[in-house]
Order: sequence, then C-alpha cells, then structure tokens
Amino acid sequence: MLLTPDLHRHGHPDHSLAGRGATLATVALGGALGAAARYGAGRLWPVPPGAFPWTTLVVNVVGCALMGALMVTTKERFPRAPALLGPMIGTGVLGGFTTFSTYINQTRLLLDRGDGAVAAGYLVLTVVAAPAGVWLGVLVARLAFGISVRAGEAG
Amino acid sequence: MIVDWLLVLAGAAVGAPVRYLTGVAVKRRVDSAFPWGTFAVNVAAPFVLGLVVEGGAEHAIGDRAELLIASGFCGALSTWSTFSYELLTLVSVRRVATAAAYLCASLAAGLAFCYAGAALARGIWAP
Repeated sequence: MLLTPDLHRHGHPDHSLAGRGATLATVALGGALGAAARYGAGRLWPVPPGAFPWTTLVVNVVGCALMGALMVTTKERFPRAPALLGPMIGTGVLGGFTTFSTYINQTRLLLDRGDGAVAAGYLVLTVVAAPAGVWLGVLVARLAFGISVRAGEAG
Repeated sequence: MIVDWLLVLAGAAVGAPVRYLTGVAVKRRVDSAFPWGTFAVNVAAPFVLGLVVEGGAEHAIGDRAELLIASGFCGALSTWSTFSYELLTLVSVRRVATAAAYLCASLAAGLAFCYAGAALARGIWAP
C-alpha cells in the first residue's frame, strides 16, 4: 500500500496574501473544532491519575483513521475537491483533535508516579495503534470507493 | 462552563495555525525527507505542556490558563494524525530507517523536552 509521499501534492491553494490568510483562518477554525471535540471526550470519559489514559489513546487512533480516510478521499477519489478541504479537516480538525503533547505528558506523569508498566504499555500501544489507524482508514476508504487496495504500488 | 470551552477553542485557534506555519516555513528552507516541521511542533508542545502542568501543580498557573495553553494551544500545536501519516508514507516509499529514526527521535526528544519544561517550572515556582 503506497501512500502519496507529499502531503501537499496539489500545492497550497493560493500563495497570495489573501489566500494564505484564508488557509490560516480555515486551519484555525478546524483546529478549534477538533480540540473542542477532544476536550469533550475528556469530559465525557475522564481518566483518574495513574490509570491507563484510554480516552487520549482512542482520540488519537480515531483521528489517525479519519486522516487515512481523508487522504484517500481528497487525493485519490476527489482530487478536484476544494483545495481548502485538506487544510480544513486534515491540518485543522484532525490535527487539533489528536495530540502528541498530552500523550507525552501522560507518559511522564505515569513514570513519575512509579507506574512504569502502565507508562510503557501506553507508550507502545499508541505507537502501534496510531499508524495502524491511518492504515485502516486508507484501506476502508479505498474499499468504499472501489479503489484498488494496492493503489500506487506499481514502480 | 461555557468559558472553559471558549478557552480551549481560543488556544487551539492559535496552536493549529502555528503548526501549519511551522510546516510551511520548514518546507521552504529544509530539503529533507525527514518531517522536521512536525518534529519541531511535537517537541515544542510537550515542553510548554510540561511547564504549564507542573506550574499548575505548584499553584502558579490557574485552571483557566491551563485549559487555554494545555488543552487548547499545546493540544492543537502537536499532532498524532499527521505524525502517523508521515511515518506510514516514509515506510511505503521504503525509507524505513528514516521512519524509525523519526519515531524514536520524536518520542525521545518529546519526553526529554517535557521533563525539561517540568523542571523549569519547578525551578521557577517550587518553594
């Protein structure tokens, strides 16, 4: 399964000042919505200190799966989709939804409490599950759109 | 509290564009397969987060500032979705060593900077 190497294959929507401003505003709006969804998940499913941070793990894996599906949707199925769609949902919503800093800080707090096994399990499980989530998202989107699962494998 | 949500929204509305601009600026200057832009934000954000969370534990930083900076700004500045996508992309173009280096460097530097931020907070605010 070959992924498109360049995240910005179609170039930025517009290099003019106004275009850059529109992209920034779109990313800001998407990022705010994604972060609010993550914050909401944390309020719905709070995790006590010392416990395994399931909520953040699920948020990160779900965000990764949606990222894989989005990339297939905008690059393979609808390459002529509005150019701001990628920055809005990918860089904005999903970038704001998923978080690397909280993941790292939760690992630090677990280590500081002496919960080394929980910290290591959390560290490793996320490292495996997050890229697997992207892979699964790409796979499901390609199947849904009737695109060869091995798309782009030639060469 | 509606204010809590607004603080998260406001912090993220700054964090996400900063991540985007970092990526654009790095791409313009560095010609490398290694995703330095994402690496930079994924190291910087844990530093700020370590500082703010530890500052909160020392009662030097309030709950509302923590929502704004930690849940909002740092959460949106850092990313797992683009990070994972870049890892898979590197593997799919057979740059497995680069992907492994990217993964290990992000984890090691992220943790190191998070501890550094926390240590700095204790240095400033611990009695």
